[in-house]
Amino acid sequence: MRFAAVWGLPPLLWQLAFFVTPLGFLVAMTFWSVKNFRLIPDATLANWRFILNAGFFRSAYVYTFWLAALTALIASLVAFPAAYTLAYRLKPATRRFLIFMLVVPFFTSYPVRIYSTQIFFSPEGIINALIAPLGFGPVSVLNTPTGTVVGYLVLTLPLVVLLQTFALMNVPKTLIEAAHNLGCGRLRTILTVIVPSARVGLIVAATFTFVLAFGDYVAPLYLGGSKPPTLSILIADQVKSGNHWPRASVVAAIMILTLIVVMTGMLGLAYGRRGGRR
Amino acid sequence: MSANLLRRAALIAWTALVFAFIFAPIVSTVVFSFNADRFPSLPWAGFSLRWYEAIFADASIQRGLTNSLIVAGATSVLATFLGFAAAYVDYRYRFVGKIAYTALVALPPTVPVVILGVAMLTFEGRVGLSGTLTGVTVGHVVLAAPFAMALVRMRLADLDPDIEGASANLGATPWRTMTGVVIPFCLPAILASLFLTAAVSFDEFMIAWFVSGVNETLPVRVLAMLQGQVSPRINAIGAIVFIVSMTLVVLAQILIGRLLGRRSKEA
Repeated sequence: MRFAAVWGLPPLLWQLAFFVTPLGFLVAMTFWSVKNFRLIPDATLANWRFILNAGFFRSAYVYTFWLAALTALIASLVAFPAAYTLAYRLKPATRRFLIFMLVVPFFTSYPVRIYSTQIFFSPEGIINALIAPLGFGPVSVLNTPTGTVVGYLVLTLPLVVLLQTFALMNVPKTLIEAAHNLGCGRLRTILTVIVPSARVGLIVAATFTFVLAFGDYVAPLYLGGSKPPTLSILIADQVKSGNHWPRASVVAAIMILTLIVVMTGMLGLAYGRRGGRR
Repeated sequence: MSANLLRRAALIAWTALVFAFIFAPIVSTVVFSFNADRFPSLPWAGFSLRWYEAIFADASIQRGLTNSLIVAGATSVLATFLGFAAAYVDYRYRFVGKIAYTALVALPPTVPVVILGVAMLTFEGRVGLSGTLTGVTVGHVVLAAPFAMALVRMRLADLDPDIEGASANLGATPWRTMTGVVIPFCLPAILASLFLTAAVSFDEFMIAWFVSGVNETLPVRVLAMLQGQVSPRINAIGAIVFIVSMTLVVLAQILIGRLLGRRSKEA
C-alpha cells in the first residue's frame, strides 16, 4: 500500500496543487473586488455584472466564437482532401514521412511562424510580389479578421490533417472495397461510407481546432491587429495593463464554461445518437 | 482512366498546397535568417550571418535562452517522473475514482494556455512564486506531464501483467521489481518523454509570459520583439529554437519509432 502511495500521490498532489487550485482560485477571484489597485477578497457579483453587461465583452465574445467556429469549418474542409490523399493514395513510407513532417510544426515557435506569416502578407511582402505580375492585388490581409483566421489556420491545420488522417486510416478497408464492388461511386463512397465511419475522429479534429482558435492570443493580435479584440486579448489587457485581475478572471471563467459546453456538445454529436442503427 | 489520373493529380496538388501553407512560414524563417537585407523580401540580398551575430551580442536574448534551458531541463525531469508515476498507477492498480485520477493528469492541454496563464499568475502571486523561474517551471510541468504519461502508458501496454507477479514470486520486493523490471522496460519511453517534455517547455510562451515577470524565457522575449519593428533577428532566434526543438523531437521520435517497430515485430 505504501508502495502504491509513493507512485500514486505525487502526480495527484502536483495536479491538485498547481492545476486544480489555480483554476479554483481563478473562479474564486471573480468574486473579489479591487480597491485602490489592491485585490480584496470579497463575495461580490460586481465583476460578473460589469463584464456581462459590457458591450465590448459581448461583441468580443460573439466575434471570438464565430471566428473559432469558422476556422474549425474551414480547417476541416481544407484538410480533408489532404488527409484523404495521405490515408488512401500514398505509399506507406511516404505517408509515414509526411505524418512525421506534420508533427514538426508543433515544435517550432508559434510566434515566430506568425511573424513569418505577417511578413508574407505585408504590403511589400512575398504574396503581393507574386500576385502583382498576374494582375491581382495588392491584398491587405493584415489587421483584418481574415488575417486572424489565416493565423488560426497556421496554428491548427497540421493537427487537423494529422487527426483526420488517423481517423481515415481507421476506416476498415473492406468497407470501402465493398462499397466499390457494389458499384458505389467515389464521391458517394466518401460521403456515405468513409465520412460516417470516421465521424468520431473528424469531429474530434474540428473540436480541437475550435478549442485552439478560441483560446489563441498571438494570431488575433499580430495578424488581426486586435481589430476587433478577441477574448484572450481582453484577458491579457485586463491583466497586463488594466491590472484588473478579477475582471480578467470572469472572462476566463466564461471561456472555460463555453469550452466545456462545446466539448460536451461535440462529443455527444460524435458518439451519441444514430445508436439506433446498431 | 485519364479522369482517374486527373483526380489523383488534383488530390496530390491540393495536398502539396496544404503542406506548402503549413511549412512556408517555417522554411522562410530559416532562409531569411541568413539574408543580408533588413526587410525579408525577394530578391535575395546575399548570405549573411549578421543577425546571428546580433542575437549573440544581445544580453537579453542570452538571458532568455539560459532561462529557457533551465526551465526546460527542470520541467522535463519533473514532468517525466510525474507522468511515469501516473502511467504506472493507471497500469497497475484499480481503485475508485481512477477515471477522475487519470483525467486530472491528462486534462491540462485542453485548457487554453491563456487561461492557465492567468490562473497561474493569480495563484502564484499569492504564494510568492510569480516572477520566478520556479513559477514558470511549475506551470510547464502541469502542461507537459500528460505527454509523458501518454508515452509511458503506451509502453506499459506491452508489459505482460504477469511479469510483476513472477518477479514477486521469485522473492523480489515491489521496489526491486520496479528498478529491475518496470523501469528498464520503460526506459525508451522515459527517454522519449524527457526529450518531448523539454521541447514542450522550450516552446511554451503564454504561461511563461504571464508568470515570468522580469525573468523572461526566450519565447517571451520573441513575443516582446514582435511588438516592435520588423527584425530579421526574430528569424535567427526562430531558426535556433527550431534546431533545438527538432533535435529533441527527432531523438524522441527515433526512440518511439524503435518502440513501435519492436511492437509490430512482436505482433
